[in-house]
Amino acid sequence: MKFSENWLRTWVNPALPSDELAHVLTMAGLEVEALEGVAPAFENVVVAEVLEVAKHPDADRLNVCRVNVGEAQPLTIVCGAANVAVGVKVPCARIGAVLPPSSDNEKGFVIKQAKVRNVESFGMLCSEKELGLADESQGLWLLSSDAQVGKTLREYLELDDKLFTLKLTPNRSDCSGMVGIAREVAALTGSPLKPLEIQIQPVTLSEQLPVHVIDAQACPLYCGRLVRGVNAAAATPAWMLRRLERSGLRGISAVVDITNYVMLEMGQPLHAFDAAQLSGGITVRRARNCEELTLLNEQTVKLDEEVLVIADDARVRALAGIMGGQGSGVETAAREVFLESAFFHPDAIAGKARRFGLATDSSFRFERGVDFAATRQALERATQLLLEICGGSAGAISEVRGQLPAREPIMLRRSRVARVLGIALDNIQIAALLQRLQFEFASNDDDFSVMPPSFRFDLSIEADLIEELARLYGYDNIPAQAPQAVLTMLPYSELQRPLARIQQILVSRDYQEIVSYAFVEEQVERELCGNENPVALQNPIASNLSVMRSSLIGGLVGALRFNLNRKQARVRLFEAGACFAKVNDEYVQSQQLSGLAYGATLPEQWGAAVKSVDFYDVKADVEALFAPQLLRFVAATHPALHPGRSAQIYCGGQAVGWIGELHPRWQQQYDIAQPAVWFEVELGALTRAAVPRMGEIAKSLPVRRDLAVLVDEAVAAQTLLDAMQQVAAPYAQEIALFDVYRGKGLEQGKKSLAFRVLLQDTQKTLTDSEIETSIALLVDKLQQHGAQLRV
Amino acid sequence: MQELQQILDQALQQFAAISDEAELEQVKAKYLGKEGSLTVLLKGLGKLSAEERPAAGARINQVKQGIESALQQRRDALQQNKLEQKLAAEALDVTLPGRGLGTGGLHPVTRTLERIEQLFHSLGFAIASGPEIERDFYNFTALNIPENHPARAMHDTFYIDPQHVLRTHTSPVQVRYMEANQPPLKIISSGRVYRVDSDATHSPMFHQVEGLWVDEQISFANLKGVVQDFLQRFFERDDLQVRFRPSFFPFTEPSAEMDMSWNGGWLEIGGCGMVHPNVLKHVNIDSEKYLGFAFGLGVERLAMLRYGVNDLRLFYESDLRFLKQFN
Repeated sequence: MKFSENWLRTWVNPALPSDELAHVLTMAGLEVEALEGVAPAFENVVVAEVLEVAKHPDADRLNVCRVNVGEAQPLTIVCGAANVAVGVKVPCARIGAVLPPSSDNEKGFVIKQAKVRNVESFGMLCSEKELGLADESQGLWLLSSDAQVGKTLREYLELDDKLFTLKLTPNRSDCSGMVGIAREVAALTGSPLKPLEIQIQPVTLSEQLPVHVIDAQACPLYCGRLVRGVNAAAATPAWMLRRLERSGLRGISAVVDITNYVMLEMGQPLHAFDAAQLSGGITVRRARNCEELTLLNEQTVKLDEEVLVIADDARVRALAGIMGGQGSGVETAAREVFLESAFFHPDAIAGKARRFGLATDSSFRFERGVDFAATRQALERATQLLLEICGGSAGAISEVRGQLPAREPIMLRRSRVARVLGIALDNIQIAALLQRLQFEFASNDDDFSVMPPSFRFDLSIEADLIEELARLYGYDNIPAQAPQAVLTMLPYSELQRPLARIQQILVSRDYQEIVSYAFVEEQVERELCGNENPVALQNPIASNLSVMRSSLIGGLVGALRFNLNRKQARVRLFEAGACFAKVNDEYVQSQQLSGLAYGATLPEQWGAAVKSVDFYDVKADVEALFAPQLLRFVAATHPALHPGRSAQIYCGGQAVGWIGELHPRWQQQYDIAQPAVWFEVELGALTRAAVPRMGEIAKSLPVRRDLAVLVDEAVAAQTLLDAMQQVAAPYAQEIALFDVYRGKGLEQGKKSLAFRVLLQDTQKTLTDSEIETSIALLVDKLQQHGAQLRV
Repeated sequence: MQELQQILDQALQQFAAISDEAELEQVKAKYLGKEGSLTVLLKGLGKLSAEERPAAGARINQVKQGIESALQQRRDALQQNKLEQKLAAEALDVTLPGRGLGTGGLHPVTRTLERIEQLFHSLGFAIASGPEIERDFYNFTALNIPENHPARAMHDTFYIDPQHVLRTHTSPVQVRYMEANQPPLKIISSGRVYRVDSDATHSPMFHQVEGLWVDEQISFANLKGVVQDFLQRFFERDDLQVRFRPSFFPFTEPSAEMDMSWNGGWLEIGGCGMVHPNVLKHVNIDSEKYLGFAFGLGVERLAMLRYGVNDLRLFYESDLRFLKQFN
């Protein structure tokens, strides 16, 4: 809601400068988003009348004018504007005037007496642009012929006025009219409120249009009247146009301007129909399925029974409370007008405009609630203005009244006020606050029974009133107090590892955390996740952010590319976040942790060989994340990954994630120079933890035996490790692979694997024969798997 | 006996001149070896009379001890010398950079969230969480925002289907938590939220922290106290001013915007209020017995102010040159 301060001050004029008034409003919940001057600063610019225009003797495009600025002697002013003419009234910047900066002149300039091509000029005739009031102008600013010559332009056009822009919250529809804002200012400042005086117009026309309200629930009050003999081509008065423009509305035609003006003034949207275009009477009803209406904005909408419309006997003429239909409005040639002022129930209008992609000043007000006690008054007010400006004679008001919203008294308890706000207001204070708000109430000891006024749709329970009291009392006046509570400790389970600790593992392994959008491009989901059916947004912000990710890989690959494009050679990233899928009509949202490593294993440094990160480097990172839980890695294929260099990760027998090298196809497609290794695991599996229990510490020292075996390349190390574990060789505490060798000295297709076996008994030192027996079992098992013992 | 003194003097002189351990042992033999001069003298004692023998023996032994002690001293000196040379040879250029992995870091939003959670944790707030694809019911209806309520237009919502949205705020967690837990309760919940909005100051995805405290004696004054305490601790500035400005949220009443003093002006930092009785009613909490406050803070806003970040979009670009500044 934007409005002129001068206009507001015609109703209520607190002794506060503009900025303080703005602060008062803001601190009462009517946030002043902007407070700006109507015009930039300039002085010494007056209304002038051009008396004579003569060609400049030395310049074709210039004229030498004699200009009346309200003094005995006219001024001689050289002017280059094409539209200068005898008799026009224009702004004249007199000598000494300082004009504001404009797009042509950044600093602004001072008007001096000057010779223009040998002719002395005593001022300058101005365009709107030159006065900083428009971005572009065509020639001089032609003022109204009734402008008073010699008056300063600022005074004549009220240019010292200021514009307030309120950011209205949905509960305060009562402040979408000047009457409401004035009422609020009076309550906040204690300044007297001058009521809007509405003169009831005499009925001079015997005709009335019949009005039928079919849906009285949606339209509990409808008032309309005919006005005949109207001159719709009449000019809108300057004062009205100025107020409209300062509220951000353009002048359209007198009748439309009047309805808009009353809407701004009283918060009641009105509609004016060209009565000559109406056939028969007015019906307020639900639309029929398949009815259509072409609106004033030329948009054609398909209607159904959800939509409330205004129809005549032939067809639908307007979307009730939202917008009129094409051809229903009053054109300048119109002679008769049907003025409508109605109360449409918020429930009947809410959401309807949005459904058709519309947001009108009318729907804005109706869906939030309009004062139904002023519906008829607004019609009287519009009639008054219409007769004044366009003439004509008005018929009697057709009024159809149904069940208006009930106003029930609300109980307000002093004790509750104290509990909710934490301050003890006494009964006198509460009563005073209610009075300032113009709420009717009765009190009984500490209880108040408050009747919410018809213009407030946001008051129905006690909490609503407590908020009103707090607002008026001032939030600033409520102290900040630490709560008092019973202290108990929070549970702190050791069966859960906090996410922060998990993230810290990756941080200390040189990964940088990123946060990427949870929506990705559909193609990314299809290519990297094999997801043909991603969870899609109905209204994505962009086509490359149209589906919800099912994996974090898209964001990581995107981030990798972003950084590669900025000459980063080594990129190690991770992200933790939700991933989305639809399974059996349910949205599954799993928290995942995912990382991507690219480039050298180590930052470039002295004394360390440069090695590109590979599968096993990242595997160690994943193992470190899970430690002390043990993982198994099973070769498996994933759409994003190199088929021979990818594995599914298992923890406690459950598949918990993936690891692998980005598929060379994607590497090429996404323009990534070297292989990148990616992993993703379920956060749930990572945060699981067990409470440790101490075990026995062996008294004897362990014995180490190394077993080196030759096997076919195709034999997985895990197979041999599993086989050896299965044997349950006595005393074998740890069996681990410590070396892999292939190449020189070995047959093609073979590799050598070396295992370390640690044997130990908790109680005694092992004898050689005990050791050898145990090792022999392992060797035997290895040989069963085709492994040849190397000596 | 002059001979003895000469032997001692000679030995001391000789030892001092030697700089090699092996040579020292060789020279030692010259005095103390089987044929050494002192050994010879000791052997000669037998020729002396029983009266002369003790005194002569004592003198020879005295010289022998003198030689042995000089020898040991020289040995120690040589060893010390050798060690020193070795250490000197082993000296490193300690200014060369250390080797190994670098360290990564947390995203500034995570860092901010941890800080927020720690501060509230210190007051006994538990951590709760909720889904990001949220049912329309929890995101709106249960928060007293019925269908077609104009407040829905305040939240430019991403829709998945008519019943599911990307949560527009963390407030639905309040409802879910209150459904599952009985008061008194005190939680914060942080996470990603989504709005159809994208420009220099709006991101379609951002983070919020939601706080909720429901108990029998919780007032608006307490809300002010807790929020002010938090902001002062978060920014580590006791002089930080917090301003509460009346506002409107369908799920709180009274509602307020929280402004914070910053560089001589006021900055909006989030919204808050007393939990609306209708919200409590939805989760079967008796609003006559229990009161509560709730607040929501913009995490990126706090991170930007705390760390001087001047463009919201930087948080989601994953630019290492930006991210590394917060390690």
